[in-house]
Amino acid sequence: MSEAVGRPLRHDSAEGHVAGSALYVDDLPEAPGTLHLAFGLAADGHARLTGLDLAKVRAAPGVVAVFTAADIPGENNVGPVFHDDRLFAEDEILYPGQPLFVVAATSHRAARVAARLAKVETEPRPALVTIAQAQEVDSDFEEPQRMARGDAEAAITSAPHRLSGALAMGGQEHFYLEGQAALARPGEQGQVHVVSSTQHPSEIQHLIAVLLCLSSADVTVEVRRMGGGFGGKETQAAAYAAACALVAAKAGRPAKIRADRDDDMVMTGKRHDFTADYDVGFDGEGRIEGIRIALASRCGGTVDLSLAINDRAMFHADNCYYLPSVEIVSRRLKTHTVSNTAFRGFGGPQGMMAIERVMDAVAAHLGLDPLAVRQANLYGPGRDVTPYHQTVEDNVAPQIIAELAESAGYAARREAVAEFNAGHRILRKGLALTPVKFGISFTTTHLNQAGALVLVYADGSIHLNHGGTEMGQGLMIKVAQVVADVFAVPIESVKVSATRTDKVPNTSATAASSGTDLNAMAAKNAAETIKARLDAFAATERESAGWEFARLCREAHLARISLAATGFYATPKIEYDRKTHSGRPFLYFAYGAALSEVVVDTLTGEHRVVAVDIIHDVGRSLNPAIDLGQIEGGFIQGMGWLTIEELVFDDRGRLLTHAPSTYKIPTAGDRPPRMNIRLWARGENVEDTIHRSKAVGEPPLMLAISVFSALTQAVAAAAPGKGLPNLDAPATPERVLASIEELKAR
Amino acid sequence: MIRFLLDGEVIEVEDGDPTATLLDFLRYRLRRTGTKEGCAEGDCGACTVVLGERDGDGVEWRAVNACILFLPMLDGKALRTVESLSSGAALHPVQRAMADGHGSQCGFCTPGFVMSLYARSIGAAGTNDLSVKDVIAGNLCRCTGYGPILEAGEANPPEPADDRETAALLRAIEPGRAGPGWFAPRSSDELAALLVEHPEARIVAGATDVGLWVTKGLRDLGTIIFVGDIPDLKRIEEGPDGLTLGAGVRYTEAKEALARLHPDLGELVRRIGGLQVRNAGTIGGNIANGSPIGDMPPALIALGAELVLRRGGERRALPLEDFFISYGKQDRQAGEFVESVRIPRPAPDVRIRIVKLSKRFDSDISALCGAFALRVEGGRIAESRIAFGGMAGIPARAPACEAALTGEAWSEATFEAAAEALVKDYRPLSDLRGSAEYRLAAAANLIRGLGLEPESLFDV
Repeated sequence: MSEAVGRPLRHDSAEGHVAGSALYVDDLPEAPGTLHLAFGLAADGHARLTGLDLAKVRAAPGVVAVFTAADIPGENNVGPVFHDDRLFAEDEILYPGQPLFVVAATSHRAARVAARLAKVETEPRPALVTIAQAQEVDSDFEEPQRMARGDAEAAITSAPHRLSGALAMGGQEHFYLEGQAALARPGEQGQVHVVSSTQHPSEIQHLIAVLLCLSSADVTVEVRRMGGGFGGKETQAAAYAAACALVAAKAGRPAKIRADRDDDMVMTGKRHDFTADYDVGFDGEGRIEGIRIALASRCGGTVDLSLAINDRAMFHADNCYYLPSVEIVSRRLKTHTVSNTAFRGFGGPQGMMAIERVMDAVAAHLGLDPLAVRQANLYGPGRDVTPYHQTVEDNVAPQIIAELAESAGYAARREAVAEFNAGHRILRKGLALTPVKFGISFTTTHLNQAGALVLVYADGSIHLNHGGTEMGQGLMIKVAQVVADVFAVPIESVKVSATRTDKVPNTSATAASSGTDLNAMAAKNAAETIKARLDAFAATERESAGWEFARLCREAHLARISLAATGFYATPKIEYDRKTHSGRPFLYFAYGAALSEVVVDTLTGEHRVVAVDIIHDVGRSLNPAIDLGQIEGGFIQGMGWLTIEELVFDDRGRLLTHAPSTYKIPTAGDRPPRMNIRLWARGENVEDTIHRSKAVGEPPLMLAISVFSALTQAVAAAAPGKGLPNLDAPATPERVLASIEELKAR
Repeated sequence: MIRFLLDGEVIEVEDGDPTATLLDFLRYRLRRTGTKEGCAEGDCGACTVVLGERDGDGVEWRAVNACILFLPMLDGKALRTVESLSSGAALHPVQRAMADGHGSQCGFCTPGFVMSLYARSIGAAGTNDLSVKDVIAGNLCRCTGYGPILEAGEANPPEPADDRETAALLRAIEPGRAGPGWFAPRSSDELAALLVEHPEARIVAGATDVGLWVTKGLRDLGTIIFVGDIPDLKRIEEGPDGLTLGAGVRYTEAKEALARLHPDLGELVRRIGGLQVRNAGTIGGNIANGSPIGDMPPALIALGAELVLRRGGERRALPLEDFFISYGKQDRQAGEFVESVRIPRPAPDVRIRIVKLSKRFDSDISALCGAFALRVEGGRIAESRIAFGGMAGIPARAPACEAALTGEAWSEATFEAAAEALVKDYRPLSDLRGSAEYRLAAAANLIRGLGLEPESLFDV
């Protein structure tokens, strides 16, 4: 292994970030004549659109043009899989905040002012807002999906113990700090070049081509970096980029959009809200014999990625636990709210929350230590087949849990918590250790491929390009480390470049934690192709032993050897049959465990996380600094989801919490004062991944389930002997207090 | 003409829209794009810049949000942006620590954090008595989890800076003080006269609320009178009887004096907005805009604060609680302005507690805020003043609850009775910050809590 791989190198843009010189879409110099865009949004919810009078919009100062669905030459769609996501609403308004038209003006403010002047006539329709409302009228986007093994009903019935319960989980706003943004420039022969803040340039390229009746080769999409993505720029960036491309094509001028924060939050999808109902049979040690889990989610007005997201919720409703007889049923419900979308974990967190609640419920029912119940249910020899019939071959959860319980002093701290609770009148502490097992691979098998382009110049500098996008996760530096390693050159020799659809075609979204797994393999493949050529050339040159890399490149060039190569990677071993929900959707699993300690004020419901201990498995880390950053950031983001981040909709489906003044993500003050995060020292991927590393983007978010579980324990301690509280997420002070009151009243 | 100092150079801004923001000016006129827009409402800190005012031979610096700072508010001041910190390849130590310590991931919030930590490193306003986490509570990061940023802050403690050069340059700048559609008077007499002449004018102090009318409401504010540079509105007078704060005193500037009046007041101020908001917003502005939640008014009402209003040469005083008439309506006449607020010093036998409840501890607007001032004589509650924010359309006292306490013994039973009386005082609304049920239940529990030994989440 060279110097590059495994070192805690800084983010490749770290200096640009701190100096303010790293450029995001809105920072790029504007070409003369650039038009500024703003969407006109449907203010109210579900309705029939009967009239759209844009006269005042067109007449407003600075307005150059206004475009509606009628101006789209091709297909009016920005939906990724199902073609149900209109760029502009036509007859039916599906949710509040749906775009109706776009204004192009000489300034950002002029466009925003004008966009509010439309006269919109509608016939309001009843709005389905909640999961319960949608379930009532069976507004499923597809047949309820069923994943099963064994006879769950029989096993539940015959088990010594049985209980049932339910849990509701709220959604989550991505709150990437850089709002959605795009810039389109018209080219020759109708071609268009789009700079977008997106995780999925290829999809935007494809959608724009179809929207404008162009071929994919006519459209180039470029992204140097995003100011945060978290899944929120996988499909949700498309409307912004498409609007810019439309205006650029129609007006023949560059067109730029940057969403105001409130508009962004109203317009774009979020993490799915879920409900989970469970019915479980178990033995006296809490070991599950049979279980039925019914999941339902609010998908919003269009399908977007909801089917795959809900699939992933099912895939993670086992978490680390063997469920001998299991049935998981999942409903994907259409509602008249903004269309929910990918968000770090992609349904996995919600599925995992369900089974972790079951663990807490079983423990409370039997009066056992919840950790003991969790450990009793772990996958193990002879108990290693998932509900989707994949055999778990890399189970390290038992070791990680044991190590964490030992190093963080679980047993002693559990006693200390009990002592604390006995000694306090108002405050209650809670403690919980929860594990994570997260499946790595896109569950849509064909997405598991990547391409790269490596160019070596005659001076020995290396231009690296691949299909992955940088949203802060450190993908570019990790891939650069891998390439530097192949050539055995310093990391500084490898120049990271913008992701472009005209360099690497047909790429998958940078999503599913797979960015490094896929793109680093493709880049390694490309680099090794060139390296092999250089090695072969060097073998023919007697004096080459003493050559520096730059000299070797120059000599190779003079000898007419190609120093450019593409690389490709397709994940092996995976296959999945969605009809039966069985197969091997995942190449491997990433594991981790967290121990969280919380304290609750039982008078107000306020609470704090006081200490967190984490051990997380990233295999052999490509870059420990980047990986630790992902773990800490993911944990805090998950903690926010489960505690203070609350999306509030009114009865027409209008989002009331659409700005940071009303939607609260964690601040520095919410960071637990004690946080010990360790990479699992023995980590090594059993699969042949890039340098035996493991994906790290999403899994750590679910470590925060330990916070929710600890809060549940703290609430339970407010009324000992009353059983498990009915605490839903997010556990805002209001929900915690209500939960305490309900428990006391039992 | 507005003139301000940027990196040693005087920037002259020709007459234009007085509500044009500093952020847009930096990004789209000067092409200094390091300062970012994250929310355009002062809640994320991505646009943090540092603003300086001459103070003798030195400069008083403060971190503020550029997104809701109108250009005339820069008149005669010095500005530093993230680009000011690094010349060429040499990074400022704060930048170096952030970069080397993995303090950035996506990088978009990073310049704002750099500026907040930089402000602390030069001892800027409000940073001296705050921990690093409080200094950056007004900066949101969605990637890191804050650990490395806190470390970068700890590694760069405040050091005195020599600002004589900047002070000299500032001394040479002649502020414009007025332009088409705006005035920036330099005395309260001048302000009083202007308001008589332009009773319709909008008074703007820190623009932490009014700024959003422009960036979010896209409103035209008409004639504006900026009151941020009126020295005699910035007086802080501490005496044996109490504290008088001029209406132009910013939260940051009032914090220490308020904390000396009672520690809970200092703590309440710490939790209002981020530091950038407290460095701009004024207590007078918070009162005059009549927010139904009003971060400070419940506490001030419980303490018996009095407001002085002025129109022309006439002044009148009224109890703060009488200023708030109903939702969105205050007892302020055309041409009148809030000049000062006087807060009596609590007697030694008065027990005070101020509690703010919100979804997030820092930089959040309260779901409710309760303030309690109880005078205790020989084990009995001789006098009680209780006020809540978030429980009605205006910050208001709780007469039934007060009646249940006054004259009663200090006991759990007394507070239980008072807690139960609360339903007679308030019929709160349900909104995105909390349901009516939660507000009533939590408010009642706060009353119950008065009778118990306090236990704080933050002592654990």
